[in-house]
Amino acid sequence: MTDTVAAEGVGDATLDIPANPPRRALGLHRELSRVWSNDRGWRGQVTAVNHTTLGLRFMATALVFFAIGGVLAMLIRAQLATRQGAFLDTELYNQIFTMHGSIMMFLFAIPMLEGLGIYLLPKLLGTRDMAFPRLTALGYWCYLFGGLILLAALAAGVAPRDGWFMYTPLSSAEFSPGINADVWLLGVTFVEISALAAAVEITVTILRQRAPGMRLTQMPLFAWYMLGTAAMMLVGFPPLILASVLLEVERAFDWPFFDVARGGDPLLWQHLFWMFGHPEVYIIFLPAAGAISTILPALCRTSILGYGGIVAAILALVFLSFGLWVHHMFAIGIPHLALTFFSAASLAVAVPTAVQVFAWIGTMWKGRPELALPMLYILGFFLTFVMGGLTGVMLAVIPFNWQAHDTAFVTAHLHYVLIGGFVFPMLAAAAWWMPQITGRARIRGLGEVAFWVILIGFHGTFFVMHLTGLLGMPRRIDVYPDNPEWEVLNLTSSVFGFVMAIGLALFALDLVLQATMGQRAGRNPWRAPTLDWAMSLPAPTFNFASLPGPRQVAEAAPDRTALALARGEGLLPGAPRGQRELLVTTAADARPDHVAVLPGNTALPLVLSASIGAFVLLMLAGLYALAPVALVAVAALAWRWHRGLATLAAGGAMVAVAPRLALPVQPGRGRSLTHSGGVALLVADGTLFAALIFGVAFLHVVAPGWPPPPAAAETATGAVLLVALAVGLGVAALAAHVTEARQPAGRSLAGWAVLGLAGNGAALLALALLAGWVMDDPTAHARDALRGVLAGYVGLHALICALMAAFVLDQIRRGEVPTSGAPSGWRLWQDFATATGLVAVAVVLGTAAVA
Amino acid sequence: MLLLAGCGGPLSSLDPAGPAAGATAVLWWAMLIGAGVLTLMVLGLLAAGFGRPRPVREGRWTVGLGLWFSIAVLSALLAAGVWVGERLLPRGDAVVTVEAHARQWGWRFGHPDGRGGRIETDGTLHIPAGQPVDVIVTSADVIHSFWVPRLAGKIDAIPGRANRLRIEADTPGSFDGLCAEFCGLGHAGMRFRVIAHPPDDWPAVLETLGEETAE
Ligand SMILES: [Cu+2]
Repeated sequence: MTDTVAAEGVGDATLDIPANPPRRALGLHRELSRVWSNDRGWRGQVTAVNHTTLGLRFMATALVFFAIGGVLAMLIRAQLATRQGAFLDTELYNQIFTMHGSIMMFLFAIPMLEGLGIYLLPKLLGTRDMAFPRLTALGYWCYLFGGLILLAALAAGVAPRDGWFMYTPLSSAEFSPGINADVWLLGVTFVEISALAAAVEITVTILRQRAPGMRLTQMPLFAWYMLGTAAMMLVGFPPLILASVLLEVERAFDWPFFDVARGGDPLLWQHLFWMFGHPEVYIIFLPAAGAISTILPALCRTSILGYGGIVAAILALVFLSFGLWVHHMFAIGIPHLALTFFSAASLAVAVPTAVQVFAWIGTMWKGRPELALPMLYILGFFLTFVMGGLTGVMLAVIPFNWQAHDTAFVTAHLHYVLIGGFVFPMLAAAAWWMPQITGRARIRGLGEVAFWVILIGFHGTFFVMHLTGLLGMPRRIDVYPDNPEWEVLNLTSSVFGFVMAIGLALFALDLVLQATMGQRAGRNPWRAPTLDWAMSLPAPTFNFASLPGPRQVAEAAPDRTALALARGEGLLPGAPRGQRELLVTTAADARPDHVAVLPGNTALPLVLSASIGAFVLLMLAGLYALAPVALVAVAALAWRWHRGLATLAAGGAMVAVAPRLALPVQPGRGRSLTHSGGVALLVADGTLFAALIFGVAFLHVVAPGWPPPPAAAETATGAVLLVALAVGLGVAALAAHVTEARQPAGRSLAGWAVLGLAGNGAALLALALLAGWVMDDPTAHARDALRGVLAGYVGLHALICALMAAFVLDQIRRGEVPTSGAPSGWRLWQDFATATGLVAVAVVLGTAAVA
Repeated sequence: MLLLAGCGGPLSSLDPAGPAAGATAVLWWAMLIGAGVLTLMVLGLLAAGFGRPRPVREGRWTVGLGLWFSIAVLSALLAAGVWVGERLLPRGDAVVTVEAHARQWGWRFGHPDGRGGRIETDGTLHIPAGQPVDVIVTSADVIHSFWVPRLAGKIDAIPGRANRLRIEADTPGSFDGLCAEFCGLGHAGMRFRVIAHPPDDWPAVLETLGEETAE
């Protein structure tokens, strides 16, 4: 029997993989530790790429930012406690509320859920790490550095001050001089690299690294929730990133995207921002709901009620949440009929939420709920989130929105949703998974006290705030000398706000005590059915000495599984080849596909994110001529990054995974994790491009100040250069396809790779000629500014593809091509670059023809 | 009654003084009662969940309560919202049209049809009581929002656009207004006043204002 036959033999629905012979657990543990452990000492902190380390680090850093954002909230409440709060001046107050919102959204909630996913998913799915360990580390460093830039600005008194949604033109150069707004635009975009990185690897890890036999339709609900979250992040963040880039370019170079006098429109910012901003709420809610769907049935000693209904609800939420961004803009003067559509969509999104809430309550009816600490927080969640959801439904009703919009009512509502829908479930998750993380049991008593103090503090703060808003108090004011009727309400909110802060401090104290002084916890203290408990505690860096297979997945008995896996009876036991290996499975039914080798500890992510940070700082300093130098460093490091992958590839050799089951190692082509990651990233990239095209269409159709004077660029020369651009990209795509198809042919491919390089080079040359010779001044009108951005977008992608072609050429020179996935990666990106380039050319020609 | 007494105040949307704010306040009280009932229902179901395990029918929870029950509630709400919203819209039957021009940080109001041409006032908007008035809202710089809570909902003042909002005061009086959209350092102080005059006095008011403007 050949190996290939063996690999295909497990494709049956029954999927029976025999167990490996048992070995000494300690020996296996040592063998794996040598390969998977972080480096020793401080160096280990810098070079770590392991998901357990980084997941915890994400969450710990997010908690620090939560504390900082909380302190800012206390300052706000102190200022508002009395009518004439003389505590902060208006400038500082504006910086503080802007930073409170920005920190809580971008530096606490998003990184927290990323950290939870990164820490838990590999354990829950039965694998050893995330798909792209170095990307995990890169994301972390970008998050940390971006966050530090924002904090440094706050300390220096130049923090953003235009509100966390940064409406133009208030945030434009004219009305917001200084670097405050730039700090937000560049800093937050820097942090968003980590969101995209996390979204890509969470998607790939869930789809390609589930334990064999864990079909998509059987995986733990937490994975479904994270998959929905990751999909929303891939589609939700690009509009925000695009908006931030456009506004930064407007501020730095005076390209008028949002300036109404020159064909821009401040509403373009609002559309792009809320295309992100509304899904953002569900991005934050879904992982929290995933935690509830995991914890609740286990604490009720039963299984979840309505698995299929919940999965359908998740998919509906993901879909619907992109259709209702306009409900943040009901007061901008949109026709009532259009508003009605968005009102209906906003109400419809409550339906899948209701499905989940009732499925959870039904689960409690079905089982016997145990009133442990995580359950208390879940009850806190139900109370708070249901009320927040209902006020959300009210706000979706247009006439009521016209009254309540931009008042303290909305502040109250969003805190009910975000604290109720995210913080309470996260506190439940912390109580639930702390024994898993620390290996220690909780000290009884303190956690319960903290819960009641937090709950009372929260509702005391925010319940009355609904009324404050209905009595007319707008958001974001620092004094209200003429409105004594708001004073008692505000004072109440402030006092209870401090109560809540005390509760959260008690909670933090409880965590510290548990981590340092708690008793050793048993292996599965909650008697949970999921694989995250099928390991020794605290979790080893490799999670599983041997990987769970269909039998362990079906059993759902972590205690028994833990023993068998530690003894090496599962799949791919140990690290016999001295490298980090894990199983890659097929997306839908989790059949074993191949063995992937992951890169080990490296400081490359730190250095790469530091060079991106250098770019950000140079832009902030206004050294626009120097900033591209940092990008050269970024490109060089990205090259090294891929060299690291190329040298890892073992080139399709077969290794034994279990008796009678051998799988190829890194077979390259379209099957690899890297390839899946590339597809996920291009989904995000394509969304960014689509948002850009939306911007072009929006300004053409809606903005005042159109049509602009005819463009000088619309000449025969311009058309010829556009055609040259298209032809160059087309040739490059052809070359990439041939290279991929004939991949194993080695040296004879060099000519095709050179052709690909030349095609992209020709496209870049055509763009350079267009920019330097033909195109109109981009500062004159938004049309020309948008054309400039389209040219920049196409040029950047042609440049990336040129580098990828060069990389392939370099591999051909080294004789590595047959073993590498690089030609497939190039082909994928080249297809994308060529397609978007052609669309851009068509858009420019089309809009010129219409004009 | 005590509850209602706490709902007063010069900027209270719960103390309406015009048909738009009135209809919205009624909508609010109805929604509050509905939300209260729904919250109690969920809490009751939760409390009943603590106890012996019992057989549950999945469809009853996810499809029955989750899908159909919520769709029924939300559809009723959407219908009510659209019905009220339609009644609040400007319809071309307004006799009086005024302009509100926002800037950092203040309001300038214009009466295009004043005696002897255009009349402008700073910080105070004069309208006749008892009849619909359309306000054309514009901005000179950043985005602001025109809001007189006791009369109607708010509408944004956006550079490059002219938005139309219908307000109406049932009886003569003075009503406070403010800028609801954050607009920078002077946001908190960006207040204004709407004075509704008895309809019979309105021509005289326009005349007086016109004289003031001329001076
Ligand atoms: Cu204003």
